[in-house]
Amino acid sequence: MAAVVRLRLSLLRACALALAALAALAPAWPQSDDALPERLSGTGLYAPDSTAQLHADVLGFTPQYVLWSDGAAKRRWIRLPAGRAIDASAPDAWQFPPGTRLWKEFSHGGRRIETRYIERGRDGRWRYAAYVWNEQGDDAVLAPARAVTLAVREAPHGRYDVPGRADCTACHEGTTTPVLGFSALQLSGDRDPLAAHAQVPQPDDIDLAALVARGLVRNLPAALSQHAPRVQASAATERAALGYLHANCGHCHNRSGEGAPVRLTLAQSALDGRASRADTLAAAVGVSGRYRAAALAGDAALIEPHAPERSVLVARMRSRQPHLQMPPLGTRIADDEGLALVERWIHQLSPLEEMP
Amino acid sequence: MTRQTVVPSIRAVAAAAALATAALSAVPTASAADAAAPDKVARGKYVVSTSGCHDCHTPFKLGPNGPEPDMSRMLSGHPQSLVMPPAPQLPEGPWLVSMAATNTAFAGPWGVSFTANLTPDADTGLGQWTLKNFTDTIRTGRHMGRGRPVLPPMPIPVYNNFTDDDLEAVYSYLRTIPPISNRVPEPLAPAQQTAGR
Repeated sequence: MAAVVRLRLSLLRACALALAALAALAPAWPQSDDALPERLSGTGLYAPDSTAQLHADVLGFTPQYVLWSDGAAKRRWIRLPAGRAIDASAPDAWQFPPGTRLWKEFSHGGRRIETRYIERGRDGRWRYAAYVWNEQGDDAVLAPARAVTLAVREAPHGRYDVPGRADCTACHEGTTTPVLGFSALQLSGDRDPLAAHAQVPQPDDIDLAALVARGLVRNLPAALSQHAPRVQASAATERAALGYLHANCGHCHNRSGEGAPVRLTLAQSALDGRASRADTLAAAVGVSGRYRAAALAGDAALIEPHAPERSVLVARMRSRQPHLQMPPLGTRIADDEGLALVERWIHQLSPLEEMP
Repeated sequence: MTRQTVVPSIRAVAAAAALATAALSAVPTASAADAAAPDKVARGKYVVSTSGCHDCHTPFKLGPNGPEPDMSRMLSGHPQSLVMPPAPQLPEGPWLVSMAATNTAFAGPWGVSFTANLTPDADTGLGQWTLKNFTDTIRTGRHMGRGRPVLPPMPIPVYNNFTDDDLEAVYSYLRTIPPISNRVPEPLAPAQQTAGR
């Protein structure tokens, strides 16, 4: 009986030690039920007591196709919890471990204006926040839950829109993963030389091959390890145009069932690019969408081959009338470079039945 | 002896943990959800009928007792056949909004808005909408949950107070009503509204 008591005590002690060890590890992870940090410096992006030096565990990255943000200069980072990796077995819908944090910094005229933040809590839920930089540029403060417009001299028209939390979900929860610019296709080493507004990656930026080599991305299908993924297209212009539409439109227009309930799909697949390209063309080329533009014929196609001026997709990209514009939020001025690329592609495009 | 004494303790702890986990993570099974569906649809009908949805989404017609909802076009939104003339120019002053006799088109500082087709028609109604599309629309105040702002007079700030359960009930009910093919016009911007539709 004495042996039984001793064993129980040692079991209890072992359990207590294990719990203590777990508790010691826990605080590094964001908790979904906690209040969001009031300051950006509290989110884990920077080294202690700094908003200039990044935390040692933070990794920079630069997607090959960027979202148009009215010409803002942008920098992006990710921080994975220690010892955890991204599951890439679904190559277009990576699963990020609880504790993942991402940031995107927006600047105009060399001045930091806003940093957006996404975190995945221990319970698996994603949270979104925006932090607005103070005049001194030494920290950024949590923005209100509702969208606000700032007077920013360096921004187009002197205005800068900080998204509300609902705006965050409008874009980030329209597909299978809320992480939009950090994917196999976006981080491929086979970067598109014609991508609009292409940013040259920083020397320390991480890409797909490095993520796999460091064990931070696991279960990537072998085909993507052997051949860096790229947008499948019949020509270089089409590749860049489809990549642009993927980055700027694909988070709502996709086949996930989470996005806009229309048939248009503009998301491209890393693994089966031929199929996703075929989906895009079949849904848009020569096909009337649900939207009827007042300025175009009632049956105008989303994409009219050789005729961007008669294509609804172009009309909505060009508009910044709030009822009409695409994307519907996050931009006040049209993207001339992106429009020129898409128009060039449509000029070259053959009708669907004549495509190879 | 030792093993026999200790193992039941572990089992008891494991059983208690399993019970606690089950209690914490209890969610309706598919069959339970199916069984609850008629109640859910009935609840949705109740919410729709008491929350003013028909007031704007079912076109009014002039009946023997004055304007009344035309239930043959139940919840199908602004009739596509009713092409509105330019909205009247209101004089300076406290009058702000003009409204069609059908109660389905509204002109104001935002432009002209037309009420949506809420029937499950695949091409012109909510036929392709998921529950998430529907709840996202109410929660974000954006068309289809992610597009342009939903325009006045849709009372998004009021409906935002619905519980997720009630929004699901409304969605479930709307899936059961007769689909009506009716392509509602797109809204007009303030500069366009005098050009008519």
